[in-house]
Amino acid sequence: MNTFQITFWFLSALAVFSSLMVITRKNPVYSVLFLIITFFAISGHYILMNAQFLAIVNIIVYAGAIMVLFLFVLMLMNLNKESEQQKNKYLLWSSGIAGGMLMIVLIAALDTPDPAIITKPGTGEIGLIKNLGTKLFTDYVVPFEISSILFLSAMVGAVVIGKKGD
Amino acid sequence: MPISYYIFLAVIIFSIGVTGVLTRRNSIIVFMCIELMLNAVNLLLVAFSKMHHQRMLVLDSANITAGTEGQLFVFFIMVVAAAEVSVGLAIIVLMYRNVHSVDINFLNRLKN
Repeated sequence: MNTFQITFWFLSALAVFSSLMVITRKNPVYSVLFLIITFFAISGHYILMNAQFLAIVNIIVYAGAIMVLFLFVLMLMNLNKESEQQKNKYLLWSSGIAGGMLMIVLIAALDTPDPAIITKPGTGEIGLIKNLGTKLFTDYVVPFEISSILFLSAMVGAVVIGKKGD
Repeated sequence: MPISYYIFLAVIIFSIGVTGVLTRRNSIIVFMCIELMLNAVNLLLVAFSKMHHQRMLVLDSANITAGTEGQLFVFFIMVVAAAEVSVGLAIIVLMYRNVHSVDINFLNRLKN
């Protein structure tokens, strides 16, 4: 077992554990913090696959911006005193079983028996900023500009929806 | 690492996200579980782009940028997710301001 494998298993266990914690914690603030840990673990996976640009973007955009937004909204709402009303117990069990069944079916369907298809960690140049930036500003410049319009409309929409009064 | 390990990891995280959407009633946590599912798909896309890159290198060693598109799609998914989160949280704040709760059971009375 070399360093890459140890890191892979550690990051996988961390991601699965903290995403389980996200859906089981009662307090939503703990859920947000565990979701941040999950995002960091997934960023570690990106670094392991030498996708460094996406790892940095994942940390900055998800763990930095989106999760802070979630935390701010949670703290503005001050939900801690009234605990979340629980669902019917049978409904809870059946939805848990449904999620587990989905997992089993997907794993059984996607199980590739060919172990020769591997991703060699720490190799390849496609995830570096130079390659991705060149591709983004030559072949994908129109979707890039369209995404800026999407951001503008999302910003206007959020301001209009969140505005107080009338 | 065999690609099936990445598939299994992404499927497990995705299923945890689906279970969270089905079990929780706090709409912010439901929203967070949607983010979890998006991240599982992103992880799988990066793993597939890496796999594709290596296979294309074996076939044609001059083609050193094969598989870049997968990572660009992950980038655009992140862009769309950021826009979606800002609007969705604005809607949740609006709902909280009106009914003083974020329980998703209040959402089925949206029309009144």
